[in-house]
Amino acid sequence: MIPLSWYLLLSAALFCLGVIGFLIKRNLITVFMSIELMLNGVNLSFVTFAHQWHLVKGQIFVFFVMVVAAAEAAVGLAIIIAVFRARSTLAVDRIDLMKL
Amino acid sequence: MHLILFIVFAGFCLAGAINLLLQTHPINSALSLVVVMCSLAVLYLLLGAEFLAAAQIIVYAGAIMVLFTFVVMLLNAGREERTLGSRAAKAVGFPAVVAILGVIATLILKAQGLGSATLSDPITSTEDLSRVLFHELLLPFEVTSVLILVAILGAVALARAGDGERRVSK
Repeated sequence: MIPLSWYLLLSAALFCLGVIGFLIKRNLITVFMSIELMLNGVNLSFVTFAHQWHLVKGQIFVFFVMVVAAAEAAVGLAIIIAVFRARSTLAVDRIDLMKL
Repeated sequence: MHLILFIVFAGFCLAGAINLLLQTHPINSALSLVVVMCSLAVLYLLLGAEFLAAAQIIVYAGAIMVLFTFVVMLLNAGREERTLGSRAAKAVGFPAVVAILGVIATLILKAQGLGSATLSDPITSTEDLSRVLFHELLLPFEVTSVLILVAILGAVALARAGDGERRVSK
């Protein structure tokens, strides 16, 4: 038997690690992976609160987050492929112009 | 038992997340993200969310991460190099994020009335979940199917070689 605050602390830690990754990583794909890490951290706190109040809707929200994450991954990776085709690099420092 | 499972898989989770940050090659980061997602699925099971645990494995660790590794291999992404920007982000970002984590942690630890989780807690069955999903939340559910359709079309339109490029090459 463990307190639910431990789960919340874990989810906060995951979210903050995702933010750190988003800030310090210099590869476009890894930055994108850090965003997925943040989404996962938030999902864990949704599931924890769904357990706390015995509500199903918290879990359904996680389900919707997963759907949006899947759509986001598909579109985002397509954009990454298009950027790579135009610039032949994945370093975020070199992708600094909007025009091609 | 619950405590051991939580500590083991929370440890896996944090180790995978930290490894994601430490690795310089994107494929290693992707594989450590798979570890994070699989151990999160076990934590969902501990919290009685069996459908979400399965969906986490299938959708996240399966579909999304396969997409990621596929793109990493397709683009032949190499190691990242340290630049001025990344050093500045480290110098400013770390204290800021640690401050945010500190604020969130104190809020969580000060919160009253948070319960506790045991292995004998009732499990939210897929039946309960679908009862709410297909009665009260039917419209949002159908809207997400439109979202997925738009995302598929957008991904195909973005990823294929554009017309402009072809005209230039001619």
